[in-house]
Amino acid sequence: MAKKESTFLNMLLTLFLVTLLAAGLLGSVYSLTKEPIRLAELERKNEAIRMVVPEFDNEPSLDVVKKYVDGDTLYFYTARKDGDVVGIAVETFTNEGFSGKFKLMVGFKPDNTISDIAVISHAETPGLGDKMEQDKSEFSHQFRGKDPATFKLSVKKDRGDVDAITASTITSRAYCDAVQRAYDALMNLSTSDF
Amino acid sequence: MNQWKNFSKGFIRENAVFSLFLGLCPTLGVTTSAVNGLAMGLATTFVLVMSNLVVSLVKNLIPNKVRIPSFIVIIASFVTVVELVMKGYVPVLFDALGLFIPLIVVNCLVLGRAEAFASKNSTWSSLVDGMGMGLGFTMALTILGTVREILGSGAFFGMKMISGDAMLLFILPPGAFIALGYLILLANILKEKTT
Repeated sequence: MAKKESTFLNMLLTLFLVTLLAAGLLGSVYSLTKEPIRLAELERKNEAIRMVVPEFDNEPSLDVVKKYVDGDTLYFYTARKDGDVVGIAVETFTNEGFSGKFKLMVGFKPDNTISDIAVISHAETPGLGDKMEQDKSEFSHQFRGKDPATFKLSVKKDRGDVDAITASTITSRAYCDAVQRAYDALMNLSTSDF
Repeated sequence: MNQWKNFSKGFIRENAVFSLFLGLCPTLGVTTSAVNGLAMGLATTFVLVMSNLVVSLVKNLIPNKVRIPSFIVIIASFVTVVELVMKGYVPVLFDALGLFIPLIVVNCLVLGRAEAFASKNSTWSSLVDGMGMGLGFTMALTILGTVREILGSGAFFGMKMISGDAMLLFILPPGAFIALGYLILLANILKEKTT
């Protein structure tokens, strides 16, 4: 078959057909993967909530309060057991990470002490900053059971109470920033919001 | 055309990373672990094979002047398919590679093969070429990822071999350049010996 001439009409038709077919393909793949993607994201969120609050029997990802702080949204998920609040998981963020923004899930007990903290997503350096992940080092364990009213959320270098990750002070500072943001926002919410 | 030669050229002689130096951005960026390298390589291979196939099928229907935009649209579509499928079915992998998946679109290797090979050769040859080049790329990324993971985190495919820290430099960007430099040296020695 001879190569098509580069006439105006040929070019127009070719580009139109190529983009039309591409759009059709993408549209069908998008609708096929839409549900799995939603489920995967929901599952990850539930997983993070389960990690940071005591055992619950409701569906915290549906029991949510949103609050707009510092240019992004914080989400408060309430965990209940037999109708009583057993903990609140706060999806928080910081913009000060070594590689930009990262997200944490911070669990608070009803007495406002920290229950546990998990990392939702981050782009910190593997082998250094990623030690903030629960299973990679002891770093996040030091927050368990602490009350931010008495436990100063900044690294020891900045006269705080937090042992920074070795060689990852920037990540540690950002981590404290995210936890502090969660705590402040939680304190500002009135109890009637839950 | 000798298809075995066509296939095997992607591994050493015309290896994308070690000989052509194409697609170095994802090569240096994602290879902090062997699994990341392998996954990135396979994702690129899929895009490469599919785009080579489609480009070689439609090569006579596309006027010369609009061939580059058409190729890019074809490549970008397959990359988006990979991205959506990964997000839905292997979210863990997507988290690790996230940023680099859309960047497959601008990987010179993919457009390079579409332009230099698939638009001039038969469908079957293009398919074999895509597979050879893609798997060669995968091999290079996996080797580089393995080297960096062993030296940098003391682990092999995620299995920790030593406790504590290893030479962190190799996980960080400078280590990628150093490791790649030595691997290219080795590949060159190998090439000299075989020819």
